[in-house]
Amino acid sequence: MAGMALNSETPGTSKRTSSLINDPKVRGIFYQVLTLALLVLFVWTVTQNTINNLQKANIASGFGFLQGRAGFDIGQSLIAYTSDSTYGRALLVGILNTLQVAVLGIITASIIGFIVGIARLSRNWLIAKLAQVYVEFFRNIPPLLVILFWYKGVIAVLPQARESFNLPFQTYLNNRGLFVPKPIFGDGSWAIAVAFLVGIAATVLVARWAKQRQMRTGQPFHTIWTGIGLIFGLPLLTFLALGSPITFDYPVAGRFNLTGGAVLGPEFISLYLALSFYTASFIAEIVRSGIKAVPKGQTEAANALGLRSNAITRLIVLPQALRIIIPPLTSQYLNLTKNSSLAVACGFADIYAVGGTMLNQTGQAVEIVALFLAIYLSISITTAIFMNWFNAKMALVER
Amino acid sequence: MASNSATFVRQDMLAPQPAPLGASGASHWFRTKLFATPKDTLLTILALALLAYTVPGIINWLFIDAVWTGSDRTACATVIQGGVLPDGQSGACWAFVEAKFQQFMFGRYPADERWRPILVAVLFVILLVPMLIPKAPHKGWNALALFIILPFVSFFLLIGGFGLPHVETQLWGGLMVTLILSFFGITVSLPLGIILALGRRSQMPVIKTLCVVFIEVIRGIPLVTVLFMASVMLPLFLPDGWTFDKLLRALIGVSIFASAYMAEVIRGGLQAIPKGQFEGADSLGLSYWQKTRLIILPQAIKLVIPSIVNTFIGLFKDTSLVSIIGMFDLLGIVTLNQSDANWATPVTPVTGYIFAGFVFWLFCFGMSRYSAFMERHLDTGHKH
Repeated sequence: MAGMALNSETPGTSKRTSSLINDPKVRGIFYQVLTLALLVLFVWTVTQNTINNLQKANIASGFGFLQGRAGFDIGQSLIAYTSDSTYGRALLVGILNTLQVAVLGIITASIIGFIVGIARLSRNWLIAKLAQVYVEFFRNIPPLLVILFWYKGVIAVLPQARESFNLPFQTYLNNRGLFVPKPIFGDGSWAIAVAFLVGIAATVLVARWAKQRQMRTGQPFHTIWTGIGLIFGLPLLTFLALGSPITFDYPVAGRFNLTGGAVLGPEFISLYLALSFYTASFIAEIVRSGIKAVPKGQTEAANALGLRSNAITRLIVLPQALRIIIPPLTSQYLNLTKNSSLAVACGFADIYAVGGTMLNQTGQAVEIVALFLAIYLSISITTAIFMNWFNAKMALVER
Repeated sequence: MASNSATFVRQDMLAPQPAPLGASGASHWFRTKLFATPKDTLLTILALALLAYTVPGIINWLFIDAVWTGSDRTACATVIQGGVLPDGQSGACWAFVEAKFQQFMFGRYPADERWRPILVAVLFVILLVPMLIPKAPHKGWNALALFIILPFVSFFLLIGGFGLPHVETQLWGGLMVTLILSFFGITVSLPLGIILALGRRSQMPVIKTLCVVFIEVIRGIPLVTVLFMASVMLPLFLPDGWTFDKLLRALIGVSIFASAYMAEVIRGGLQAIPKGQFEGADSLGLSYWQKTRLIILPQAIKLVIPSIVNTFIGLFKDTSLVSIIGMFDLLGIVTLNQSDANWATPVTPVTGYIFAGFVFWLFCFGMSRYSAFMERHLDTGHKH
C-alpha cells in the first residue's frame, strides 16, 4: 500500500505517458478524432471528385431543374399530369403512386396475413397445412419474381380487349388491365362523405358509452350492429335523400377496345398483387408467433371463467398477442413500402421509376439521390413514429 | 383391521387394455383433425373443393400437357400461334428451360470455359458441407479456406489468372452471379455488421453517431436505391479515369445493404447478454477486444443465429434486384431469354419464372431448414 502511494505521489515521466496511453478516456478521444479526421478527408475527396466530374459533364447543380418541362408520359396518375408538366409534378405523381400502392398493399397484406396466420394455428389439419404451404411458398421466393410472374407471365398473356373476361359489376379483365366502373361525383357528394365520417364518429362514441355501461351495470351492448348501421346506413340514407348524386361510368365493350370507366393498369395490378401476397406470408408468421406467445394459462383461465371461444380470442388472446405483433408488423409495413420501388421492373411510375427517368434526361444524379433519400426516409420515419405511438398505447402498463 | 385391508391389495398386474374404440387410429384422427365441429367440417369441405378445383389443373399444366422436348418455339405454340400443338392446349414449355439451361446457370460465360465455374462450385460444396456439419473437425481452418482463400482462388479462376484466358464480368450471368453476389454479401456483411453493431453500442459519441446514421439511413431506403447509388454515384465519387466494374458496384451495394440489417440483428443479440457477463469479463482484466471476442460475441451470435440466417435468406432473394440495374443474374437472364424470338410463346415467360422461382425456393427453403436444425442443435437449455 505504502509503495503504491509513494509511486502515485512521485510519478516518473515514463509512467505518465503510459498511463496516458492506457487511459480509456484519452484513448477514446484519440480514436474519435482519428475517425473524424478520416471521415472529413473522405468526404472532402469525394466532394472534390464529384464537383470535378460534374463540371466535366457540364451538369449544373441545384434543384432548379425541378421547374423544367418533364416531357415524358406517366401511365397511371392520381392527379392531373401531362408531358408538359414540370419535373416537380412528375415527382409528386410518383410519390402519390408509391403511397397508393403501399397503402392498398398494406391493407390487403394485413387481411390475408391475419387470416393465414390464424389458419396456421387451426385445429383443422387441412386448413393448417394449406396455410403452411402458402407461407413456405411465398416466403422463399424473391418479390421481384412474383411481380414479373404476374406482369409478364399472367397479365401480358390474357386475351386482348375484344375477348376480355367479363366479370361481375360490369368489370372487364384483359391484357390492358382491369376495367372498372368509374364513380362520377355529382352535386352534394360531399354530404355522403360527411355522413360516412359522422357514422364513424358516432360508432366510436357508442362503443365508448357501451363500455362504460358494461363497466357500471354489467349489461353488454352489441356495438357491432349499431356500428354497421351507422357507418353504412347513414351514407346510404344521405345518398337516397339527395337523389343518388353518385353515378357510375361503366366501361363499354367497343369493336377493338373498351371505352369509359376507369382502368387499373397491368403494372399496378401486378405490383399490388405481388406485394400483398409476398408480405402477407411474413405477416402470417408474425401473427402466428404472436398468438403462440400468449401463455396457455391465459386461455385456460378464460375457459375456467366460462368465456366462449370467440370471446376468448377477442378479449383475452388477441389483445395480448397484438402487443407482440405490432413491432415486427411495423417493419413489414415499411418493407412493403420499400419493396414498392420494385415497380420499376414492371414500369409502374412510382418514385423510383420517375426519378430514374428524370436522371436519364437531366443527369442530376446527386440531387435525385438526395430526393430519394429524403422521400424514403421521411416515409420510414413517419410510419415508425406512428407505429411507436400505437405501440406505446397498446403496451402493457406495469407498476 | 390388518387382515381386512389385506383383502383389498391386488396381487397381480392388470393386463393393459386397448384404447377405447374411436380414441385412436385413422377414424379418430379424421374426427378430431378434420371434422371436429360443424364449422370444421364446413372448412374442410371448402378446402377440399378448392384443392379439387385448382390442383388437377396445375398438375395438368405443369406435367401432363407440358412440352418436354423441342428445338424452338413451334414445339410450345399452338397451331394458331404458328406451332404444332392443337389449339386450346396449354402447358408449361420445359423445352425452353432445357434449351436455355446452360445460360440460366452461367449466363454468357464462354462455353469452353464453363468448367471453371463448375470447378468453383465443386470447391465451394466441398468446403461448405463440412462447415455445415456441427461434428466435422477443424472449423477454424475450414472457415479460413471457405471465407478467405476460396474467394481469391475463385476470383482468379473465374476471371482468368494462372494462365487461363480472361473472361470479363460482363459475360458472367445466371445462377452463377446470383450465388457470387449472395456469397460475397454474406461473407462481408457478417463481420461488417458485427463492427457496426459494436460501434452502435460504443460509448464514444462520434463513432456511435456515425454507426447509427449509417445503419438507419441504409435501412430506411430500398435496396434498389442503394444499388442505384452504387451504380450512378460511385463513378462520380472517383477521381477521373478510375472506373469500377459493374459487378463490383453491385457487390458493394449488396454488401452495404446487408451489413446494415446484419448490424441490427447482432445488436439484438448483444442487448440480450446480461450485464454480469460484461462485468465478469472486466473483472478478469480482459481488454475490450478480448472481452468482445471471447465472452460476448460467442454468446450473442449464438442467440441470433436464426435471425442471421433469415438475413441471409433475405440477401439471397434481394440479389435478384441487380437485374434492375442491368445485370443478368438468374432472374435477369430468364427475363432476357424470354424476348428470344426463337422461343417467344405465351407460355414461355411463365415457364421461365416457375423455373427461376423453383431454384430460388430450393435455396431459401434449404437455408431455413438448416437454420431450424442449428437452432435445435445449439439450444443448450440456458434460455429462460
